[in-house]
Amino acid sequence: MDVLVCIKRVILAGNTFALNEDHTDIDTLHLGYTLSPHEESAVEAAVRLNEEFGGTTTLLTLGHVDSEEQIRSQMAIGPDRAIVLETDGSEWDPQATANAIIDAIKKEETKFDVIIFGSESADTAGYQTGIRVAHALGLPIVTNVKGLKVENSVARCERAVGNMREIYEVSLPAVLTVRDGIAIPRYPSVPGRIKARKKPMDVFPVEKPAAKIEKVKLELPPVKAKGATMLSADADGAQKLVEIFREIGVLS
Amino acid sequence: MSAQSSQSSLPSRAKAVVIGGGIVGNSIVYHLARLGWRDLVQIDKGPFPNPGGSTGHASNFIFPTDHSKEMTHITLDSMKQYKELGVFTECGGFEVARTSERMQELHRRMSSAKSWGVNDSRIVTPAEVKELVPYIDETVILGAFYTPSVGVVDSVRGGTIMRERAQEMGALQSFGNTEVLSMKVENGRIKSVITDKGEIEADFVVIATGCWSPKLAAMAGASIPLTPAVHQMKDIGPVPRFKDAKGDIEHPIVRDMDTNMYERQHGSGLEVGSYAHRAILYTPEDLPSNAQAALSPTEFPFTQEDFDLQDEQALELMPEIVGDESVGEKYAINGILSLTPDGMPIVGETPEVKGLWSAAAVWVKEGPGVGKALAEWMVLGESEIDMHSSDIARFHEHQKATFHIKERTAEGFNKTYGIVHPAEQWSSNRDVRLSPYYEREKALGAVFFETVGWERPFWYESNKDLLAKFGDAVMPRTAEWDSRWWSPIINAEHLQMRESAALVDLTAFAIFDVTGPSALDVVQRAAVRQMDVAIGKVIYTPILSESGGFKSDLTIMRLAHDQFRVVTGGAHGMADKKWFSDLLPTDGSAQINDLTTAYTTLGIWGPNARKILSALTKDDLSHEGFPFGTCRIIEMGPLRVLASRISYVGDLGWELYVQMEQGAKLWDLVMDAGKPHGLIPAGIGVYGTTGRLEKSYRAYGAELETEYNVVEAGMQTAKLKAQEFVGKAAHLKHREEDPAAILCSLTVDDHTSKSGEKRYMLGREPILTPDGGIITDSHGRRSYVTSAGSAPSLGKHVLISYLPPQHAKIGEKLVVEYLGEHYPVTVASVSSTPLFDAKNERIMS
Ligand SMILES: Cc1cc2nc3c(=O)[nH]c(=O)nc-3n(C[C@H](O)[C@H](O)[C@H](O)COP(=O)(O)OP(=O)(O)OC[C@H]3O[C@@H](n4cnc5c(N)ncnc54)[C@H](O)[C@@H]3O)c2cc1C
Repeated sequence: MDVLVCIKRVILAGNTFALNEDHTDIDTLHLGYTLSPHEESAVEAAVRLNEEFGGTTTLLTLGHVDSEEQIRSQMAIGPDRAIVLETDGSEWDPQATANAIIDAIKKEETKFDVIIFGSESADTAGYQTGIRVAHALGLPIVTNVKGLKVENSVARCERAVGNMREIYEVSLPAVLTVRDGIAIPRYPSVPGRIKARKKPMDVFPVEKPAAKIEKVKLELPPVKAKGATMLSADADGAQKLVEIFREIGVLS
Repeated sequence: MSAQSSQSSLPSRAKAVVIGGGIVGNSIVYHLARLGWRDLVQIDKGPFPNPGGSTGHASNFIFPTDHSKEMTHITLDSMKQYKELGVFTECGGFEVARTSERMQELHRRMSSAKSWGVNDSRIVTPAEVKELVPYIDETVILGAFYTPSVGVVDSVRGGTIMRERAQEMGALQSFGNTEVLSMKVENGRIKSVITDKGEIEADFVVIATGCWSPKLAAMAGASIPLTPAVHQMKDIGPVPRFKDAKGDIEHPIVRDMDTNMYERQHGSGLEVGSYAHRAILYTPEDLPSNAQAALSPTEFPFTQEDFDLQDEQALELMPEIVGDESVGEKYAINGILSLTPDGMPIVGETPEVKGLWSAAAVWVKEGPGVGKALAEWMVLGESEIDMHSSDIARFHEHQKATFHIKERTAEGFNKTYGIVHPAEQWSSNRDVRLSPYYEREKALGAVFFETVGWERPFWYESNKDLLAKFGDAVMPRTAEWDSRWWSPIINAEHLQMRESAALVDLTAFAIFDVTGPSALDVVQRAAVRQMDVAIGKVIYTPILSESGGFKSDLTIMRLAHDQFRVVTGGAHGMADKKWFSDLLPTDGSAQINDLTTAYTTLGIWGPNARKILSALTKDDLSHEGFPFGTCRIIEMGPLRVLASRISYVGDLGWELYVQMEQGAKLWDLVMDAGKPHGLIPAGIGVYGTTGRLEKSYRAYGAELETEYNVVEAGMQTAKLKAQEFVGKAAHLKHREEDPAAILCSLTVDDHTSKSGEKRYMLGREPILTPDGGIITDSHGRRSYVTSAGSAPSLGKHVLISYLPPQHAKIGEKLVVEYLGEHYPVTVASVSSTPLFDAKNERIMS
């Protein structure tokens, strides 16, 4: 079973961060990058499919070439190769992103049985890319998948909807957008990392098309202080704790 | 307690405000409270008990042995304190060698362990390592330096206990989530600290803010020259072998020295740390706020590409664990710690602002020791452990430049586990202080060593021809280590000086004048020797701490009734200047003028020195006309030169002082006049080592430290001045009692190693009894080589060492341990009697 996982490197930030001068973007000067947990789960889900059915996993990202760091980290847990659609790192709108990915998939020799996206990217939360890709490729799509089981080329997908669970079955090939929890990602091992360094990574520069939608401005929300509040050092803390548990609904 | 204090509001006044709630700040508040101070306030911008500094994510292990005595003693003291706090777990530690060069270095560490009092270390075989660290591939290593007493601590818990103890004494209020924003200074003294929760006036402020310290110092106009830097660490696990691990650690820590890495079991995981990557330096302003930080302000996202090679090296050494595909990376950070340009901590009162103290660039392994030492220093005026190498007052102006800090820390970072030769020179940021003779020296093939920025010739290739002249008397060395940063030309220059004369560039001296109506009182209070002397007298004097140990030794020239010129070594000059400044009266009746860069000094010594200078001056230079220990202005051609008849090399001669811009002229005059008399330029190798050691002259920082007193150093005079001076009460006591140790000169009887090569000690090696037993005096101090070097006039290699009285006897046979082997030595002179020209006839000729 050949799987394609589309992932995106995002900023690793704390509770607050700074904006650039014209407030169109986050100031990344002292920030690091990461992959969001649900996209790590997507990679884990793909690796498990390979472990169960054989085949390959390919990672694809559209973004700055420095995304290699996040890609290699993920390849350390199993994926076989990676495709980087290299940009200057600026934000692309969902349609442009989807189009570039569609072109790349069409050029691939591999016919992917499963194409997995995170349900949304952790930074811009467009919820569009996976759907656009599925549509363009004429593939069925199940979104917001939290559980996955494949049998006889049929994927049984569990979605969380409010308090309920929905189960869909879809014949492969198909596109899935997933949430974290679909598979708890494993940590990369050192030998995995060493192997990952030698795995093939194709870098294709892509041109940014004229944006059809434009981000106007970012505004920072009011800061909520991080850190613990000490309720008490004495036994009366227990009462306070009960009150808080009631407030947040842990106790009724 | 902390709950209450975090609710109550900040007081408006405190005796002392300690900024920082890491291991260092916590140790300081505890020791200040223990020593009796009250009204203490501790502030941290983050929440207690883990406010987000480096302490929160340290690997927390402690190896006691360092080549620096000061560092080792501070670390040993810290270990003792951690044990008392109940947060120390002994696990043992190996420093493993992959190369034979490293094996030699491990033997050198063994020497340092013996010299500084780490008792349980030994050199072991790969098989012995394997026994305790079964997951190591022992075929990769040649051996190891094993210290069973190595351990790990819980530094957050230990700090919390110390903080709570201070609170329980009623001495301390601690405030988390309170950020210091600025400071007020009034008349050169710290006045208050302004935080986001209000202003606190304080008599004393301590900056214990780790890698943020430069920013805090700058708030008061002071300087703490360090840089935040990355140290990478990853924690992998769970390791099947450690599945049932009960505590924090059950296997010894391994330092893989040759790859600049360590591997330390941490519960079910293995921490792999590295100092091998490129230096990744930040500025304090780069560190995110607690709210901005993804993890904590001192944990930056891990940059894997900097660790790629380390992954492979760790795999090589510990394939069973690191090569296990089921063992994942649980946590990996670019952790932030502080680096300083010379690798030592930055401790003490800032020279810029009275009452503002620093305790920065201190590791977990040193935290409690530095906390104690700083508190003693603040409360009692001095610390039990001599902290001169960490003293914040040591920095010269150029060393505070960001450029210098970045260059040197970048160079030093990869030497964290490096094999650093005792004479090793920095290659970065050189040529920043040049004497007026520099171009002339360069033309003569000077080999420059750096002292506090000054480029000083250590020897001159132009003197190479002298090697043939003196033959084997130059005591050539064959072993690479012994002859690294050394040349037999030094010894040839020495012999030429003894035969005719040598000219030495002494521009690196620190020079300052104490002037004004109270000038005499100031120098009188500082100096052990009588300073109320005739104008034109030059006095060499110890400078003591209150407890009678050495703060310095230096010369003072009385130039006028109200003007005294202090001349001291460059290395320690700035600290000496602060010492004198602190003695100035508050009424302004005495001042200090730093003339270091206003004057340059040339020394000329040797039997022909008088002849040479006489050709240049009509002034009376005869022994009677210009007696030893006097100074005066003489005219030499166009120059008015302050000539001072003293000697640090044991020959007739003068120090010549002129204004910096006249130096080149002076050089040319003297060199020309010297030509017919065999004058050569000689380097600091002669001045600082060979000439000095033949005369058993002491050097500050080598023989002289606060841990030793005047009587032990053999520098007491028959009569003591009536006037008060710092340390007098203690000194009087020392004069009454029998010294616990006596400084002696020893000569090496046989240099031949087991392999048949002649080896020459370089200093800091342990002196042992003939059967290899450690020698300890009644104060618990070890006997070790304080200085080592050739004495070419005697054809001997000389070692200086303090010895307990039972060994301080001429003819006493002992051994010195050098790189793992023992060499026989004999005590050749006791106390200050020089080995060469014992009656000082040359100097007095
Ligand atoms: C990955 C890693 C591993 C390490 N392992 C070891 C080890 O094994 N052994 C060892 O000995 N050392 C180790 N170290 C070094 C050690 O962590 C540090 O040297 C030590 O913790 C420094 O302690 P500190 O109290 O000086 O600083 P910190 O712990 O950094 O404390 C400084 C405090 O000052 C506060 N502060 C800063 N600015 C302000 C302000 N403006 N107002 C109020 N508060 C302020 C901060 O919030 C912080 O809490 C390691 C370091 C790293 C990065």
